[in-house]
Amino acid sequence: MSASEAARAKKESFKSRRVIKLDATGTYYKDLNREIRARAQEGFRLFEVNNVYGQRYLGTNLWGIKDREKIRIRIHGTPGSDMGAFMDGPTLEVFGNAQDAIGNTMNCGRIIVHGSAGDVLGYGMRGGEIYVRGNVGYRVGIHMKEYMNKVPTVVIGGTMQDFFGEYMAGGRIIVLNKFFEGNPPIRQSYFIGTGMHGGSIYVRGDVEAHQIGAEVGISEPTDEEWKVIEKYVAKYCAVFGLEKRQVKLLKREKFWRLSAKSKRPYGRMYAY
Amino acid sequence: MLTSMLPEFRVERNEDRCIQCRVCERQCSFDVYGYDADHDVMIHREENCVACQRCAVLCPTNALNIRINDYTYKPNANWTREHIQDLKKQAETGGVLLTGMGCDKPHKIYWDHILINASQVTNPSIDPLREPMELRTFLGRRPDHLEMKDGKLQTIEHPSVELSTPIMFGAMSYGAISYNSFASLAQAAYEYGTFFNTGEGGWPKELRKYGKATIVQCASGRFGIDLDYFNDASMVEIKIGQGAKPGIGGHLPGEKVSEHISQTRMIPEGSDAISPAPHHDIYSIEDLQMLIHALKEATDYRMPVSVKISAVHNAPAIASGMVRAGADVIVVDGLRGGTGAAPKILRDNVGIPIELALAAVDNRLRDEGIRNWASLVVSGGIRNSGDVFKAIALGADAVYIGTPALMALGCTVCQKCYTGNCAWGITTQNPYLTKRVNPEIGTRNLVNLLRAWSLEIKELLGCGGINSIESVRGNRLQLRGIGLEQWELDVLGIRGAGQ
Amino acid sequence: MKDLSKANNPYNDEKVISQCSIFGMMDTSGKLHSGERVITAIANMHERGNGLGGGFAIYGCYPDRADDYALQIMYHTRASRTETETYLKKFFDIRFAEEVPTFPMKAIRNPPDVYRYFVQPERVEIHEIITDDDLVARRVFKINSSIKDAYVFSSGKNMGVFKGVGFPEQIAEFFGLKDYYGYIWTAHGRFPTNTQGWWGGAHPFSLLDWTVVHNGEISSYGANRRFLEMYDYVCTMHTDTEVVAYAVDLLARKHGLPIETVMDIFSPPVWEQIDRMEPSRKEYFEALRRVYGPLLLNGPFAIIVAHHGEMVAHTDRIRLRPMVAGLSGDIVYTSSEESSIRLVSPELDRVWIPVGGHPVIARLKSVIGDEIVVGGKAIGGSKVLEVN
Repeated sequence: MSASEAARAKKESFKSRRVIKLDATGTYYKDLNREIRARAQEGFRLFEVNNVYGQRYLGTNLWGIKDREKIRIRIHGTPGSDMGAFMDGPTLEVFGNAQDAIGNTMNCGRIIVHGSAGDVLGYGMRGGEIYVRGNVGYRVGIHMKEYMNKVPTVVIGGTMQDFFGEYMAGGRIIVLNKFFEGNPPIRQSYFIGTGMHGGSIYVRGDVEAHQIGAEVGISEPTDEEWKVIEKYVAKYCAVFGLEKRQVKLLKREKFWRLSAKSKRPYGRMYAY
Repeated sequence: MLTSMLPEFRVERNEDRCIQCRVCERQCSFDVYGYDADHDVMIHREENCVACQRCAVLCPTNALNIRINDYTYKPNANWTREHIQDLKKQAETGGVLLTGMGCDKPHKIYWDHILINASQVTNPSIDPLREPMELRTFLGRRPDHLEMKDGKLQTIEHPSVELSTPIMFGAMSYGAISYNSFASLAQAAYEYGTFFNTGEGGWPKELRKYGKATIVQCASGRFGIDLDYFNDASMVEIKIGQGAKPGIGGHLPGEKVSEHISQTRMIPEGSDAISPAPHHDIYSIEDLQMLIHALKEATDYRMPVSVKISAVHNAPAIASGMVRAGADVIVVDGLRGGTGAAPKILRDNVGIPIELALAAVDNRLRDEGIRNWASLVVSGGIRNSGDVFKAIALGADAVYIGTPALMALGCTVCQKCYTGNCAWGITTQNPYLTKRVNPEIGTRNLVNLLRAWSLEIKELLGCGGINSIESVRGNRLQLRGIGLEQWELDVLGIRGAGQ
Repeated sequence: MKDLSKANNPYNDEKVISQCSIFGMMDTSGKLHSGERVITAIANMHERGNGLGGGFAIYGCYPDRADDYALQIMYHTRASRTETETYLKKFFDIRFAEEVPTFPMKAIRNPPDVYRYFVQPERVEIHEIITDDDLVARRVFKINSSIKDAYVFSSGKNMGVFKGVGFPEQIAEFFGLKDYYGYIWTAHGRFPTNTQGWWGGAHPFSLLDWTVVHNGEISSYGANRRFLEMYDYVCTMHTDTEVVAYAVDLLARKHGLPIETVMDIFSPPVWEQIDRMEPSRKEYFEALRRVYGPLLLNGPFAIIVAHHGEMVAHTDRIRLRPMVAGLSGDIVYTSSEESSIRLVSPELDRVWIPVGGHPVIARLKSVIGDEIVVGGKAIGGSKVLEVN
């Protein structure tokens, strides 16, 4: 390596370790996102954004940036809707509650929320991971998809509201229902999995027939699936600083697997 | 219990001409033909015939004639043969009746009641063979005014796309149509300098080289979408609805979800590909604004974002809202729009004709002073270059054609696309059938179609004394109505012939 | 305003559509707050509107004239003011009148003249038993349907609506709302699709001291409207919001139903769930749906309804529009987006997403006597409350 190459490599390495601090007070989302993209193009990878109040589309505009999987954006405040929409690689970490449509059609990357999230989380999600410490709202996980080993995963620490996992075609969602808070499982909500034709939902606590869509079958997770559940819950612990050993206690809980009874849930609806 | 449905069509075979070559048997994908070896004669299972005409066209001795079966029920203007058959089918299956292509009911076709002007004496007509005729069209938002600073023109902020002719290929997804058909559309659009629309089924990687001619769709099923999908294309279109099935989602039957499609759409092979009715992140106009801006962020504001709706009763108000929400192009798809599969009752009853919707939307946007803010593209029943010209004169910037493009590839509108058995190899994924579309010939036919229509539009321009399409756009004085009631003339904003 | 329909619906669409952002805050101890917080909050949801409508409702802002009906009227011509004041002089005892102070700004173009009148109804030409409220409401309808270019947009006691064409923060600046004080504030930023130029079309929509701000589109509008027309409500504005306000007035004021029941009528549970309830609840909902079925609100909506003593935030049964509620000490916040609440109140005791079809009701604390007392001054009104 020549001297100039070495110098450049050192500069690159420095840039990738330096944290860019941004204050979002009174900043329009377009300008904030543009600033982040410009810095990322220069080579910076670590960002800390403070005083976020409703700015949208954080993490969306990072297409085509080299090593974008190394980008980490820490967000303090309440980010606006569509955070991580169409995101492709970076990691977003929210210290607070998040709003609606997080991870909308996300392709890969990670989103971590140290609080609760709103409605329509993970709509059309195709890959990547989302971890929410608290609860989520309505219409979470609609039409998630998977192909081969590209499988999106969502882990929710609390519970969810109605219309969960509608039209799911792939992917997995694990609902812990306040397991780590030591609470008994709570209201599971209604209209779970209507139109499901692929993927799996693992819920802690009982689920009654009238709460799920006609297309959904309830079964117990297999040993293979328990391994996957434990793997992702371990990651959840890592991300939220929880005791990993509690993961072993999961198996003592009642966990049900919700999945599609058929790949063609509406097969009988049409006359050909 | 035997089925009580009678065959819709009869196959007439001229036995003198028939040489029992069995081409008909091989070509038919609906299992109509069989061969009786003992008697060396072809046998017919006419109840399966859909009149796709594949056999009649390919029979080497012209021995076949497919006829409507006249020997059916007693004539009844209320209970037509179609109503009777549909009802019996429902009684047998308990299901929703499906169909393909566009509405075939005899609603008034306004294109046929609009006549075009020509120049005589006071204004010379122009000969397109000798003088330049301009069809170049731009789609995207136009600023209200241009700014000059220190003698230099300030750049226009809003991105736009350029078309060599105001005709584009409408959204037909890979899944609804075969790969070879899809590739033909892509290549033809690229070669001619216009655009094709990928529809909601994703965009195979090998076809990304046609990015400069590609409009990608972001539909409610979000199939095949990642940032490359957007950024490799030239425009992103949010699909809210389509003319054939306004208000409901898409449905690709499991038969058509092959391995390749499973990969492109990221759903299990053989499962139904269901697009939900609404986008689940759009329940209100401000949500549409949110998605439009999310797409602009995702593409770094480099390309226009389009929004497609079906023509419905309050289309003008909705269009106004869409424009104000940030859409750079509005697409309105009328009652006659085609589809690969839709419930028949919706296709035939929901939505309004595009001619009326177009005129109403254009009027509304002009009244509000925001017509500049978005381009207007229409579709749904455009059949020839005359319809294109009339659409532009009513106010459209460009048109999408779907059914004409498929016809150029061989389609005969038998309306059985949803079965996945298209004998012409267009709306099927069956590899035995799909190779019947040769992409090279398909491309050539589509380019021919665009070329022929463009030449005809130039002729129409010329005879009106106009040499540039901008001067026709919204120029309703070039049109007159014939056989229309006053309210229809009012909605279209044109006078009656002679007035 | 004659031709009200034409003003609010110039293209004669079957319905005026508008969507948007909403925000509400109520201090349940009755303490009065300036507009600063609510203005900051609604301005933060700027993206949800398009600058063609903004408005606020304030309760407790006229404590010195708390017994009088505060009629706030917008005039588009001088002649309309003359005509209206002649009518007012005849049918009301005008205790005090003034032009509402405004602060001209570039963004607000062609504002109407806005005046307010503190009045009591005169029993002129009245030969029936009728309450003051009904009398005032009737006369407000009269002005609004027969006097050209004048529109009464607020008519309650000790409360006022301020609205117009502009972003809500601009409307607030135009009317100087930072210096108004109230214990309930609701705000709205509009994104209309069919009406642009008319100030009266903005939200909140009000009738006496009921105000409604609304986000969404009610697809059952046609059915709701025809039902209300049977009860002599004239739906001239052609908007969903108008229908909600009239429905609340009919059910709560005229039929005397508690607000919780009103909300149950708007968004009852689905039959599947009703069938599984225990018998008395099942009977209750069946009765509501049988009798008031035409007032079921179908379609996405999030509304904040307010009147003296109560602020109610409510969403449709399947929660198609966002709504977040927050609690900080005595103050209840409701908003389309959580970030707006956090901006004005970073620390919250509780924050939650209400379940679809279940209202969040904020009420003034404790109940004794017949007067509402805030800081020693009587407010008056029809509800029974007390605060200290």
